[in-house]
Amino acid sequence: MGIAERAIKPSIIGAAVWYAALTVIAWCALFPILWAISGSLKSEGEVTLPILFPAHPRWSNYREVFELMPFWRMFFNSVFYAGCICVGQVFFCSLAGYAFARLRFRGRDTLFVLYLGTLMVPLTVTVIPQFILMRIAGLTDTPWAMIVPGLFGSAFGTYLMRQFFRTIPAELEEAAILDGCSPWQIYWRVLLPHAMPAVMVLAVLTWVNVWNDFLWPLLMIQRNSIATLTLGLVRMQGEYVARWPVLMAASILILLPLLVVYVIAQRAFIRGIAVTGLGG
Amino acid sequence: MASVTFEQATRTYSGAERPAVDHLDLSIADGEFVVLVGPSGCGKTTSLRMIAGLETVDSGSIRIGDRDVTDDDPKDRDVAMVFQNYALYPHMTVAQNMGFALKIAKLSKAEIRERLLDAARVLDLEPYLDRKPKELSGGQRQRVAMGRAIVRRPQVFLMDEPLSNLDAKLRVQTRNQIAGLQRRLGTTTVYVTHDQVEAMTMGDRVAVLRDGVLQQCAPPRELYRDPTNVFVAEFIGSPAMNLFALPVVGNTARLGDWPIPVPREIADSANELVVGVRPEHLEIGAAGVEMQIDVVEELGADAYLYGRIALPDNVFSHTIVVRADGRDPPTRGGRVRLRPQSEHLHFFGIDGRRLA
Repeated sequence: MGIAERAIKPSIIGAAVWYAALTVIAWCALFPILWAISGSLKSEGEVTLPILFPAHPRWSNYREVFELMPFWRMFFNSVFYAGCICVGQVFFCSLAGYAFARLRFRGRDTLFVLYLGTLMVPLTVTVIPQFILMRIAGLTDTPWAMIVPGLFGSAFGTYLMRQFFRTIPAELEEAAILDGCSPWQIYWRVLLPHAMPAVMVLAVLTWVNVWNDFLWPLLMIQRNSIATLTLGLVRMQGEYVARWPVLMAASILILLPLLVVYVIAQRAFIRGIAVTGLGG
Repeated sequence: MASVTFEQATRTYSGAERPAVDHLDLSIADGEFVVLVGPSGCGKTTSLRMIAGLETVDSGSIRIGDRDVTDDDPKDRDVAMVFQNYALYPHMTVAQNMGFALKIAKLSKAEIRERLLDAARVLDLEPYLDRKPKELSGGQRQRVAMGRAIVRRPQVFLMDEPLSNLDAKLRVQTRNQIAGLQRRLGTTTVYVTHDQVEAMTMGDRVAVLRDGVLQQCAPPRELYRDPTNVFVAEFIGSPAMNLFALPVVGNTARLGDWPIPVPREIADSANELVVGVRPEHLEIGAAGVEMQIDVVEELGADAYLYGRIALPDNVFSHTIVVRADGRDPPTRGGRVRLRPQSEHLHFFGIDGRRLA
């Protein structure tokens, strides 16, 4: 065996092992979704059988979702809540991130560490006090209960935006100062447009978070007219406990908008992950 | 347009042992092009940023025209700055970058357009107005940064090493463009560089700084002819001036075996002094101090010989650089005799200050 062959051979084997491992991991991630898609097309008799491709796909399961729950109403609610919170998160987190990254004031870094420390507190710890606060404010079972708590930013979002603002050269800001910008104009006209990759990451992560959130809507929302899709899914399960194919069809329908959002924002999202240093 | 005046202006960064700019007194006349030059950390950029208002002035004051701007916000000083990395807004087109300050100042669209096109014409940027900075070459970006300053029609231009990111050829070309443009516009300009060739070729006057202290501010020729101290003498001129610390005996200082006559008033006051002679003021000939040539740097028209002064018994003393005719320079390893031109000798005290 020549030197060249010996050099190439291990790299081919290495690549093969690597790809095999990646294929297994990808399959593990994708299989549950495939199984759900498959389940959503099965009859109730078939749903527990180990078949991936049902003999007669039942597209009617999807139609039934719309009959059994006010899908479009809940879809609108979920979009509305996620949209409002996204706007709020981007606005407040970028403002706070700008302050922590760029403004100089006493105790800035200590304050930031303390704020970041709130990431350590699990949601379950704060959920009861938040519930009580909402009840005192008289906001339970109103759309405000869904929007207000997430509206004013988060430690994670602030951290994300701060990291990005720190990478922007100071000269850019100084150029804006000399061009006559006020601090607000610097933020709004120069730094925020420049921070679009980070904004996209924050928006997508926030959207996914709100879209998938279940515990908070469950505690806050009673009326179906203001419920989210996740809540609708569970309520469907309560009443029609045996209808797995329909539930799976509903799950897939709820998943689809997320996929659409991700596909649209994918490039900006990956770029943002890279520039904010969040990646592995 | 206006003059710029530093009056005892001092800036000390927190935690620093000495001021970055130390009691700077400097008057820049209306329409003048002054270059601040010095090695890294000499305070030249800090001085520039003090004019812009990007650095606070800890003591002393800064005036633009008749106005004391020491405590004014940068935006109220009517100055425009060109940054070393250009600091172009990446999300804006060339036109938007150039017009941004005017937009913030709420000028009419027609006025903005007119000024923008004027500046674009002057800088040959018309074809690029709709491009983003990342689609431009280094030279074009530099011109956009200049354009952004010009459209403002400010009282003062501040330039912080604007050519340092360009390649050598483009740097020479742009250097001439900037100098020409400044003369045409007549706007007071303060220009920072660490490159003494840039300083000498561009400025009406050149201010040499070291460790935050102004060493000398004079027209380039004066700086070259009459450096006020050893630091300026060595910093200005390329290759640097030869400096020899020599004892004075009678009215003579001996460089190797060659006597250098020292003016009486200097010889009377010092036992030891530093004699300076530029490489171009040493004549190669039959008489003079002997030099052992270690390196020959051929530049075409000229050649520079780098070597050591040879004493009897093959002992070597000071290193020395001399300019030779580029057509037929001596070879490496050879020896030549050098005679310093007495009318071009510089004498400094041991403390570095110019004597007489």
